[in-house]
This record gives sequence, structure tokens and C-alpha cells, in this order.
Amino acid sequence: MNKEWRNFNEGHWMSDVNVRDFIQKNYTPYEGDESFLEGPSEATNKLWDTLKALQKEERKKGGVLDMETEVVSSITAYKASYMTSDKSLEKVVGLQTDKPLKRAFMPFGGIKMAEEACTTYGYTPSQDLHTIFTKYHKTHNQGVFDAYTPEMKLARHSKIITGLPDTYGRGRIVGDYRRVALYGIDFLISKKEEDFANCGCGIMTDEVIRLREEITDQIKALKEMKVMASDYGFDISKPANNAKEAFQWLYFGYLAAIKTQNGAAMSVGRISTFLDIYIERDLKEGTLTEKDAQELVDHLVMKFRMVKFARIPSYNQLFSGDPVWATLEVAGLGMDGRDMVTKNDFRFLHTLENMGPSPEPNLTVLYSSKISEHFKKYASKISITTSSIQYENDDVMRPIWGDDYSICCCVSATQTGKEMQFFGARANLAKCLLYAINGGKDELNKKQVGPEYAPITSEYLSYDEVMHKYDLMMDWLAGLYVNTLNLIQYMHDKYYYEAAEMALIDTDVRRTFATGIAGFSHVVDSLSAIKYAKVKVIRDEDGIAKDFEIEGDFPRYGNDDDRADDIAVWLLKTFMTKIRKYHTYRNSEPTTSILTITSNVVYGKATGTLPDGRKAGEPLAPGANPSYGAEKSGLLASLNSLAKLPYEYALDGISNTQTISPSALGHDLKEQTNNLVNILDGYFDQGAHHLNVNVFGTEKLIDAMNHPEKEEYANFTIRVSGYAVKFIDLTKEQQLDVISRTCHKVL
Amino acid sequence: MSLGNLHSIETFGAVDGPGIRFVIFLKGCNLRCKYCHNPDTWCFNKNNPVSAEDLINKAYRYRTYWKNNGGITISGGEPLLQIDFLIELFKLAKDKNINTCIDTSLEPFKNDHEFLKKFDELLKYTDLFLVDIKHIDNKKHIELTSKPNINILDGIKYLDDHNKKMWIRHVLVPTFTDDYDNLNGIYTFINKLHNVEKVEILPYHTFGVYKYKELNLPYRLMGIKEPSEEEILRAKKILHLI
Repeated sequence: MNKEWRNFNEGHWMSDVNVRDFIQKNYTPYEGDESFLEGPSEATNKLWDTLKALQKEERKKGGVLDMETEVVSSITAYKASYMTSDKSLEKVVGLQTDKPLKRAFMPFGGIKMAEEACTTYGYTPSQDLHTIFTKYHKTHNQGVFDAYTPEMKLARHSKIITGLPDTYGRGRIVGDYRRVALYGIDFLISKKEEDFANCGCGIMTDEVIRLREEITDQIKALKEMKVMASDYGFDISKPANNAKEAFQWLYFGYLAAIKTQNGAAMSVGRISTFLDIYIERDLKEGTLTEKDAQELVDHLVMKFRMVKFARIPSYNQLFSGDPVWATLEVAGLGMDGRDMVTKNDFRFLHTLENMGPSPEPNLTVLYSSKISEHFKKYASKISITTSSIQYENDDVMRPIWGDDYSICCCVSATQTGKEMQFFGARANLAKCLLYAINGGKDELNKKQVGPEYAPITSEYLSYDEVMHKYDLMMDWLAGLYVNTLNLIQYMHDKYYYEAAEMALIDTDVRRTFATGIAGFSHVVDSLSAIKYAKVKVIRDEDGIAKDFEIEGDFPRYGNDDDRADDIAVWLLKTFMTKIRKYHTYRNSEPTTSILTITSNVVYGKATGTLPDGRKAGEPLAPGANPSYGAEKSGLLASLNSLAKLPYEYALDGISNTQTISPSALGHDLKEQTNNLVNILDGYFDQGAHHLNVNVFGTEKLIDAMNHPEKEEYANFTIRVSGYAVKFIDLTKEQQLDVISRTCHKVL
Repeated sequence: MSLGNLHSIETFGAVDGPGIRFVIFLKGCNLRCKYCHNPDTWCFNKNNPVSAEDLINKAYRYRTYWKNNGGITISGGEPLLQIDFLIELFKLAKDKNINTCIDTSLEPFKNDHEFLKKFDELLKYTDLFLVDIKHIDNKKHIELTSKPNINILDGIKYLDDHNKKMWIRHVLVPTFTDDYDNLNGIYTFINKLHNVEKVEILPYHTFGVYKYKELNLPYRLMGIKEPSEEEILRAKKILHLI
């Protein structure tokens, strides 16, 4: 065994790239409590103060501290750069550019967007680069628009399919960054070279040609990682020799990804248990103390807090608050039933105490009622004090994705190093319902966007007629949506291939094709209103339904009432079944999500009045949340409604965000902690998928909106659909939207 | 089978008994406490009938959240005004092994045979009583709530004599209930009891004021502020809670 692997238990992982095998054979479950944790080191405090000052300056300058205008970002685009002049402070080094928080120039997704990002913040992009990327080199965005059909453009313009990754990187690919630490780059290159030698039988089909080119790009990226690391004074050709190196090697892998891709989500993945193995070995060898271990974790996390991309205003409206989804998972169970909670899982959550709350990394607890009680309580406590954690149900994901999956965005699982995802935003099913009623005409721009089916002309809506028409319109939408995505993913592979990330994923990769649903709760409530109450249509002069009058009461989704919740289950299953009918790019496996992120506000703006009483332009409910004001029976009724949605039909995730007032959660922190654990246990034991937990009162939000300058709000973090943001970084519209959502409190 | 008159339910109650509670608010109350935050439950008009069986089935959907200490809490309004319904409801709850709790003012308590027969029956199925002492002084109690406290204090003693577990709660309203004599009087009273598991101070809050406007009722504590942290601490000290 080579010396870097000393004292590790042997296994298949030694001859093949198999990080999971290494983890399972070497990790140490930890069943104790948090009392072993250490506070921040002096270096951590210094660095964090530096970063806080930079963040403050960034906000003062309108959201961007500095931008690149001359250099195209690449793995080796910049010389080694540091957070402060005292390099020795940083235990984990490496910046995206030559200065902390400076945003790189990334034109491959689209030169127009890269330039617009600069000009928005008062920077002038290079004329030479403009020439190169318009005259000599095509970008992803151009490729997509060169191939779009008029129907696709119109559907996109009318926002029945929205947020498409045709103007930004698709992201959501999680390289297995742990491989860099465990194997070193040379071993990984040799494996990729083997794959290249075995790629195809000599018959050059499109598939084989493309893959051969991709493997070559991957090998090139791996070689560049070595160059980048060597500039920082590290030789990553060999495996990491200790914990400090393991942290550093792993981070270099991730750094290569964020220097080359500005995907909407750039998750770092399930690294905690893996890194714990190195820490445990060092602790045993006496070369590391707990204080050192926490410092490594704090410094790595600080790097994740610093990831920045240059964004355009329309992107910020979709995904508000400058998120990057550096999603990082802790906990979960192994396939053998062993608890995968290690001391490191405590350490990662502890960063929220050592350095205060923060939206990044997007800390995700892979939850099961069977994981360590001490850990559940600790996570709940940190949720209550920081509102910075999300929970996803390991018990529903593990049977499908195994025990080494990562979360690649907000809520989507992906097998680490084995799988990649084609992210595809979402279809607005609420608008689709209006198209069904209006015969394919858009209710706002009045264009014939969908097929010209006969509109509904009756004064009162009949459930059977609406369901029939809706079914037909959803057929059309599913087909158009999948095909639009096929085209986008093709161009992304062609012009903006993720070589650095794919270099750290198996060549024989499984691909998922992630569609999504917006407007979920509104469709459910609308159909319920049509079924259980009487809905009268008010039409404008063109015969388009502009308003609805509801006579009588009807059950709403979010009250644990099967009459409404059955419609919700029906809707999810129906849409997913329709998606499955179509061919998906590179034989990927279609999935869907009920997740809107903050785009529920933008989608709502583009959606007319709905039969559930929601008025034109009002935000849609986020993710799979019930509609505003619909929840009449309290938090648990709402959770029970969500828990009925079958995860098997929404393998890309079902996002639920809830805010609980601290006084409603219990009298003191101990009681609150116990109650939150019971909520999580009860919810997830029923098979629910995801929960964002916020614990604060509406008063705090209102005060933060009115007084963003107060020191206490500088890092005030809240969970929104699938990620966390600093509340003061949201647009005013979104702040108001968050405030108006149900805050669960009992009088 | 008797029907209950339901005001509303709250599936997530974390401050009305141990653990997570399914809270059932029944309609009707004879007290008119000046600080009441649920004036919408005062009126006992029969318009929302519910059967005990339906209610228990509904509550039972939340058992996964209850773990080893949660369950159902009946609140109101004054639940004891519907004692026949309560007995039926709690019997069913006990069939399903659900922890039961009553949040009551004990205002309907009286030492007569007919009432006590039913009350004794109810005690069999009740795990915990949440009882308010609104004021220890009878005159001031009448002033604050419109009714005397003599039978209420008798009721508490009765529960104690029958070894029923109790949590006693006191709403701290500045200038009305926060004087030393009252707090010390409550302490002295409780100190003689044997089955009080917990004493809670509930700081007066104004969340319910909007309901008075909606109901077109005058709000009689206008201008009274919520107690400060210091005032709460002081009250806790007098009650020997800290």
C-alpha cells in the first residue's frame, strides 16, 4: 500500500475509483453529543473578519465588489491568490480569481450575458473578447437560439416554460471532488486514459466521437488542476497524505469546477464523512488536534462562503440573493443500516456557530429518524438559532440513490461520481390550466402559444370538461418542454461542456433529465374549486378568461384533506407520466421536481388570474408549498399534505419551506429543540421528502426589511425554496413575498 | 352520541401541554377575561357540530409527531361546558392510547352531585389538567373575568385531592395581575398542593386585539403593555420558579 493510504482498511477502492467503498470500510460513526466541539481559532476569526468586511463593502457597492473584464476564466487563468497578505492564516487556499469576491468573466455560456453582467455593475468588458466570442467562437446561448423553433421561442417568451438554462450554465453536476484527495490526479488520469482506450469499437458513431472528445477534455482539465495546485505550492498528482492535504486537494477539485462553470447550482457534495476519515487518522497519529480539525472545516467552509459568479438582472430575479448552491450534505444512513453521522457532521454544522449564520454552503442534513439522537438534537438547535439548515429524507432517497448520493442543487439527489444531471428549470402548470380554458391562447399577451384547441365557453366551469382539456394541453406542454430541453442540453454539451466536473465522474455516467413544475398548489386548489364549489368565468372582449368568481367553499391543499390532496397526487403523477413518454437527450432518465426556488415571484408575474382565487401577477406559492392563506389547520396538517406526494414520481425533489415562530415552537430552547426533532421525525417517517426550517417571527423580517443597515441583519439568513439567502439580499418584492407567507404561530 | 361544538383545530400546538399537541378549541365560555385573546370562542352558538369519533380520527393522523409525550389538548372557549362530549372524546382517545389534556378555567366546576359524577368520569380519561389561576383575590378576579374564583380554587383542590396531575398557569398582565400580593398569594396556594407538575407564567400579549375589532367588541386593556423581560423574571421569582 502506498504511504498516503497507511492505516486505512483495504478494499476495492484501492484498485478502482470507488470512494464509497473507501468510506464504508473506513468511517467511524459517532454517537456522542456536541460537547467535543471547539470554538474558532485566532486565524479563523481574523479571516472571517476580513471576509465580513469585504462582504460589507460588496453590499455597499451594489452587490458586486469587483469584476474581471479582460481575462477569460479557466482552471489556470490566475496565479495563486490569497484572502489576505498573511498567507499563513489560510489553512485551505485557492481563489476563483486574483482577489477575494472578485467575479470572473465566463463567456462560454453566452457572451451577451457575460457582458451584460459587467455593464450592469458599471464595468466595461473587453472589446477583444467580444470579437472572439461573437466572430470566432460560438457560445451555448447562441447555439440554443440558432436551433430553437418559433414555437419554443413563443412558449419561452410567454413564460409557460421559464427559467430555462439557455442564458446561464445548467450547473447541478457534482464532481466527486473527494477523488482528488483519495487518489491524486495521476491515478485519475491513468483511469481516464484507460477509458479513452476502450471507448468504442472503432465504429465512429456520434456517441463514440462525442465521448472520445469529452474524455480528452476531461484529461486536459485534470492536468490543469495539477498546474493550478502547483502554483499554490502543492503537488496533487499523488494522494493526500493527511487531513490538511485532503481538505486542500478536495477543494482544488471544486475550485477547478467553479473557475470553469457558473452553473446555477455548484454543489460540493457529500464530503463530510469522507474527510472525517482523514481527521480520525491524524487524531490517532497525534498529528492533529480537535482545534486543528475544526479550523480546517471552518476554513474550507469559508471558501464555500466566498464563491461568486457574475450574474445578470433577469437571473437574479429567478434566483435571488446571489446563491451558488454550494450544497454540502451531512448525516444519512448506510445501506448496511449503520449511522453515517461522524464527528465531522457536527463540525460542519458548528461552522454556523463559529462564524455565524450563512446561506452558503447550503447545509443539508440527510435525515432519518434513525440517525443519532444527539445529532438530530444538535441540528435542530442550530436550525432554531440560525435558520440555515435544510433537511432531506434519507429514508426515501437511500433506496433509490444508495448511500453515497449528493444533493446537486436544492433538493435533487445524484449519485456522487456516478451520475450527472441535465437541469431543465420548470413548466408553469398553472398557466397551462389557463391555456386549457382559453384554447391555447396566452391569457396575458393573447397570442396563440399552445395548440388551437376549442376553448371552454360555458359560464360555469365543469370539472370533467376542464380535466379533459387540461389533459390535452398538458400533453402538448410536456412534449414541447422535453424537446426544448433536449435542444438546450445538446448545445450545453457542445459549447459549455463541464470537463473539470466530468473528469471526477465515471466515464460511463448515468444521466438524469430534470424537469420541474411551477404553480403546483394553485392548480390543485383551482381544480378543487371547480370540483367542489362553483366557478364562474369572467371573460374579456376577446373571450379570454380574465377572472373567476367562486361560489361556495372548497377544500384546499395544505389542510390534510384528502379531497384536495388526492388532486395533488394526481397532478404530479399525470405530469410525470406525460414527461416519460418522450425521448430524452442522451438516453437520460426523466425526473421532475416541485421546486421553484425564488422564481415563484417571476412566474407569478407572468400568470393570469386563476380559478382558485389567486389574482393575476401575484406570486405563485413556492415549490410544493400550499398557497398563501390556504393552510387553516396549522403546520402539521400542511406537512401531512406534503407527505402524501409520492417521491418516486418526483425524484428531482419536492421542496417545502416552513417558518415557525419561536414562541410557537416551545417555551425554551430545550423544548423547542425536542419539538423540532419530533416534527422532523413525524414528517419524514411518513415519507415526505424535504423541509426548509425557519425559526423566527414575522416582526423580525419586517424590521430587517426596514432596517437592513442594522449589524444584526448583515448575515441574517433565511431558508427559501431549496436554498438559503441573506434576507437583506433579496429584492423588495421577494422580501414582501416571504413576509406574506404563512408563519406558523399559535395564539 | 353527543356532538361537540367546535371552534377550530390547530394541528401543531407546542405550548399547550407536553410535547406536540393536536389542540381542539371548543366554543363557548362564561368568563369574559379582559385579556382574552380568543374572544371569537366566547359565544356558544350551535353552528359547528362535530362528532367525537371524527375528531379523534382526525387527531390520530398526527400521531407520528407525538412520540412519547405529545397528544391532544382540549381548549376553548371553556371545554368543561361540553363535559358529556369531552367524556366521549377522551374515552375514544384512551382506546387509541392517546395522551389527553384539558386546558380549562374550571369555571364550570361546582360541588354538586350531578356535576361531580360526570367530572369523576372525565378524570378517568384525562392525563393532565392545564388550569389557570387568573387572580387569587376573589374581588379582583370578578373585576378581571366577570366571575368569582371560589369554585375555581375549589376545583383545583378537588383535582389535587384526586391525584390529578396539573400544570397551573397564570397570565401576567401589568397593573392587573403582576402585584406582589397576587403572585405571592398564588404561590402560597400552589405550595399546599401535591400534584402540580409545573407552574407557567404566560406573559400577556396583544396578538388577539385584532379579533376584537373584527367582532366589533370593545378592547378593555387598550394601552396595557406586554410585560418586559424584567417583569417576567420578577414574577417568576415571586412564584419561586427560579
